[in-house]
Amino acid sequence: MIDVQNITKRYGNLTAIDRVTFSVAKGEVLAFLGPNGAGKTTTMRILTCFMPATEGTATVAGFDCADQPLEVKRRIGYLPETPPVYQEFTVSEYLTFVGRMRGMVGKNLTTAIDQSIEKLALGTVRQRLIGNLSRGYRQRVGLAQAVLHDPPVLILDEPTVGLDPKQIIEIRDLIKSLAGSHSVILSTHILPEATAVCQRVVIISGGRIVAEDTPDQLSARLRHSEKISVTIKNPPDNSLAALRTIPGILNVFQGQSAGTFLLECALGQDKRDEVARFVIANQWGLLELRTISMTLEDVFLQLTRHEEGITPHADTVTELPTTTQETAS
Amino acid sequence: MTPVQAIIAKELRGYFVSPVVYVVGAIFLLIFGFLSYLYIVYAGYQAIQIMQMQGGQAQLNLNDLVFRNLFASMRFVLLIILPILTMRLFAEERKLRTFEFLMTSPIGINEIVAGKFVSVFLVFLGLLGLTGLVPAVLMLFSDFDWNPIWTGYLGMTLLGALFISVGLLASAITENQIVAAFLSFGILLLIWLISGLGTLLGDTTLGQVISYVSFMDHYDRLVRGMIDTKDLVYFFSGLVFMLFLTHRAVESTRWK
Repeated sequence: MIDVQNITKRYGNLTAIDRVTFSVAKGEVLAFLGPNGAGKTTTMRILTCFMPATEGTATVAGFDCADQPLEVKRRIGYLPETPPVYQEFTVSEYLTFVGRMRGMVGKNLTTAIDQSIEKLALGTVRQRLIGNLSRGYRQRVGLAQAVLHDPPVLILDEPTVGLDPKQIIEIRDLIKSLAGSHSVILSTHILPEATAVCQRVVIISGGRIVAEDTPDQLSARLRHSEKISVTIKNPPDNSLAALRTIPGILNVFQGQSAGTFLLECALGQDKRDEVARFVIANQWGLLELRTISMTLEDVFLQLTRHEEGITPHADTVTELPTTTQETAS
Repeated sequence: MTPVQAIIAKELRGYFVSPVVYVVGAIFLLIFGFLSYLYIVYAGYQAIQIMQMQGGQAQLNLNDLVFRNLFASMRFVLLIILPILTMRLFAEERKLRTFEFLMTSPIGINEIVAGKFVSVFLVFLGLLGLTGLVPAVLMLFSDFDWNPIWTGYLGMTLLGALFISVGLLASAITENQIVAAFLSFGILLLIWLISGLGTLLGDTTLGQVISYVSFMDHYDRLVRGMIDTKDLVYFFSGLVFMLFLTHRAVESTRWK
């Protein structure tokens, strides 16, 4: 549905994005992750034909963004960074204007407006001036604008900014409900969002794509060893050295609290069984035993910390997981 | 409703829900009325003087004494008023980030520029229509030739359209409304003042070219009741040229 080949955008001497290549299949939801200034918005602006690329080609639904911008624009619903709303309009007047700009008329338009107002729960503010609405409502009006003509492609620049947690969940559900029938690209810096709604994640940093995969695969790629966390009730003084003697365990670290240890073993091996048996045999008192997986947050930090790009199996071993969220297995 | 009509409706709404049109319109009409009053009173004095000197009934020529002066003064009033109306057109869209919405809507830049131009032009025509009260009322009390009035109004319409297109261009260049307004003042004053340079250079080729570029002579002939194709060509080509430049200016924002 969306195909981007080697797109480069330069502003004078500044290269905003550098040979970006990716594609989105029909019905797929793709997250664009990256720190501020990474080039997310620039990429989206090129896809929506707001600005042309310096080099490379982008096609949406088979139409080239540079050659057939009108055809592309017709098939895109776009929510820019700042919701493009007119303060002096009421919500329904604004949506009417938006619909007319896209050539919708009559009954078509009124049903489309009713549907998008319902989808975004804007019924109560329908007749209010947008200028008097809160940030969250404006954001939702912006989203209503993007989905109004039911476009096959949706490009959403940080769609959940300014929303409260309940609204964020609603918007995520909405995006999930669009998947399958619509291709969606959304940019975000909230990582759980990417895991929650997206099938695929593109991480962009310094104008380059540094990684592209499913959320699960990404964290797996970044893990260079399996980690096990074990908590012991009565650890002896030499427990670090003792744990290291377990066959298959490569390294042992002291955890955050006393009695908690982090054990590293080779990738793809699960040594929990051995560790459990060892601790029980020594009668240290096994309180907890689990594997640690990296969250997308850690992957993101790791990937974007290295400007040169990643070499997934090189020596970028995770630091002691003080920031790592631990998930019980 | 086509997209262009939607833009026109949207812009008109923008004008009428904000105080801009009311303030600008009120001041415009006030100045027009006040100037009319001044010229009429002045004409009255002149008539009395002529009567005293020559005796008998003097024929008061309203066309020469009132309307010609009034229409000539309107150049300056339009130069002040119209940039205030046009300054928001693109600058505001860019400031409020709705520009991105317009540019990613499935319509061409031509249509956006046309819609915006037509909306201000309609507002301007409305204001101009209201000034028609002055000749209409005078008609009840005096006799005058309507032809120079029509050409004067044609002149004001064409001049206004040209000024609006300059204002539109200025608004497309910047996202600051004040800068847009001053930019159009500046451009318009410059086009005005170069006519002085043209007069100075006299009948040389350069002098003629400069005089042609300024709207002064063209407008003046229309106010005096003369319709010359040369002048109409001037106004229309100027308008098209300015709208073309606006199109380029809007287009170029995409590259930045």
